[in-house]
Amino acid sequence: MRRAPVLALLLTLSATPLLAQSFEARVAPCLACHGEKGTSETPDIPSLGGQQAPYTLIQLYLFREKQRVLDVMNEMTKGFSDDDLRKFSDFIATLPKPQPPADAGDPARMQRAQALVQQNHCGFCHNPDFSGKENVPRIANQREDYLLKTMREYKSNTRHGYDSSMADVVAPLTDAQMVELAYYIAHVR
Amino acid sequence: MRLNSASRRSLLLAGTMAGLLIAGPLSAQQPPASAPPAAAPPAAAAPAPLPPGSPLIGRPDSEAAAKLAPVAPPPIPAAADKLPTAQLKVPKGFNIEVYASGMMNARTMRVGDKGTVFVGSRLGDKVYAIVNKDGKREVKTLATGLYRPNGLAYHNGTLYIAELPKISKIENVEDKLDNPGKPVAIYDDLPKDEAHGWRTIGVGPDNKLYIEVGQPGNNVLHDAAHGQIRRMNLDGTGAEVYVRGVRHSVGFDWNPQNKQMYFTDNGRDWLSEDLPNDELNRVTKMGEHFGAPYCWQGNFVDPEFGWGHSCSEFTAPVALMGPHAAALGIRFYTGSMFPKEYKNGAFIARHGSWNRSNKFGGDVVFVKFNADGTVKSVEPFITGFLVNNKYIGRPVDVQPLKDGSLLVSDDWNGAIYRITHGKPAKMAATH
Repeated sequence: MRRAPVLALLLTLSATPLLAQSFEARVAPCLACHGEKGTSETPDIPSLGGQQAPYTLIQLYLFREKQRVLDVMNEMTKGFSDDDLRKFSDFIATLPKPQPPADAGDPARMQRAQALVQQNHCGFCHNPDFSGKENVPRIANQREDYLLKTMREYKSNTRHGYDSSMADVVAPLTDAQMVELAYYIAHVR
Repeated sequence: MRLNSASRRSLLLAGTMAGLLIAGPLSAQQPPASAPPAAAPPAAAAPAPLPPGSPLIGRPDSEAAAKLAPVAPPPIPAAADKLPTAQLKVPKGFNIEVYASGMMNARTMRVGDKGTVFVGSRLGDKVYAIVNKDGKREVKTLATGLYRPNGLAYHNGTLYIAELPKISKIENVEDKLDNPGKPVAIYDDLPKDEAHGWRTIGVGPDNKLYIEVGQPGNNVLHDAAHGQIRRMNLDGTGAEVYVRGVRHSVGFDWNPQNKQMYFTDNGRDWLSEDLPNDELNRVTKMGEHFGAPYCWQGNFVDPEFGWGHSCSEFTAPVALMGPHAAALGIRFYTGSMFPKEYKNGAFIARHGSWNRSNKFGGDVVFVKFNADGTVKSVEPFITGFLVNNKYIGRPVDVQPLKDGSLLVSDDWNGAIYRITHGKPAKMAATH
């Protein structure tokens, strides 16, 4: 896990009053975990590149209000003004969208998973290319481990979501099906 | 806009719909629903585009259907000077003004004996209390850290709060608005499903506390603990099922003339752009079944679950509230400020559709009743929340105040408007 350097960075930055920092300095810890160029190299930490700004705004809001509980993100958004929420989500949208992994994915496995995607109508809300729109996130080429983790959290209701859309979607899915969906969405080209 | 009872044409349309192949039930009024349990899927090629004249255009796999997704409001409430009040229209003689703003996802409203307005939320975690003191109005945060506190009821000094998993209460709430303490849990025997899991509660003329438990998905069969309205004693004991066949009701109130409960109900999604209508239902006896998920709008059976059933088994609605309109909060009006034709009628807020290409609703309507409790008419009262097929606001609940004015909550902007009749405090757009 690469959290140690991040913690060190956080401690350094916390010594400086946040308001006195340039936006560049405030954004640096985000990029340290989530990746400099929109793609996250860290297990279980999502890529943020090209994420829909209204979606990011909602998640940062939920973190700030602790409606979505995750210590590091609750800490990072503590004291954010409403303007900060907008600024950060607008900035994140400008990062390059995540790159698909080097391997194109096993063709047979991808084809079987595509049927699952059609049955569950992922493309309806997320768009046929999974780029998302407005409050619906870009999921194309998101980290496979993060996609699976997220679906499992919606299924177990440990993550409540802004509304109940995703809880409803994952209700009929088995864990094996979520594994296949995560594989497909992570590898889709 | 069909607001009267179902016509022959509806029946014919319904028959045609039943014949169409439905790709799979997808989504609810707010959340997309569970698809039917999928077996291990066979290999499938990507769907070929449909030729221009194809009769299959219009099935849920179509491009137009693919553009429909639940609409989520912005999380930050609109600044007071950005509210769309000037674009909202009320009938001649009525006025509309901002009552309070800055309350994230403001939804259900209840009024205390001392005039405090309590406000709940579905997407936020707070209950607010709006206080009027010495001519000044202040929004306080009464409770925070709650899990979808959409349900509120007030009775004899006590505020009841229904979160998704439980009902709690704060006694003598108006005496301790600045220090209410933690709400005390009184009932938690509720399913924990997110889908249609935000609650609506109310205290009836029988001094029982009623709570809605929605169907756990857009179009699903479910167990005996879902798709119903329950009632219990005010201390949370003695809970029993009151009525069934409720898909997701987010509003009920009691007719002051016949003391019967009238509740709105949201119809299923992904059947058709135009069907089914949302419903206004009337309860004439305990144990009634209102049709969901077997029969919609009282006159056609569900294409998936209706086989072997007839709508005659169920109680039909007293009024149709429009396709996907999201009819939510309802209150009967007994005040004297509005003209006497409004007495004993009911206001209903229609949140507005998401499962239609051309959005429908986004308004407040007024319902007049016949002496026998059936519906005489449904007429627009406040319009203008829908502009160029986009929402500039979405009304959720209606609440008369003691002075006979009417409050309307707007969860899109996190604000509450007040409608008065007579000498205007402010000029407002009129019909």
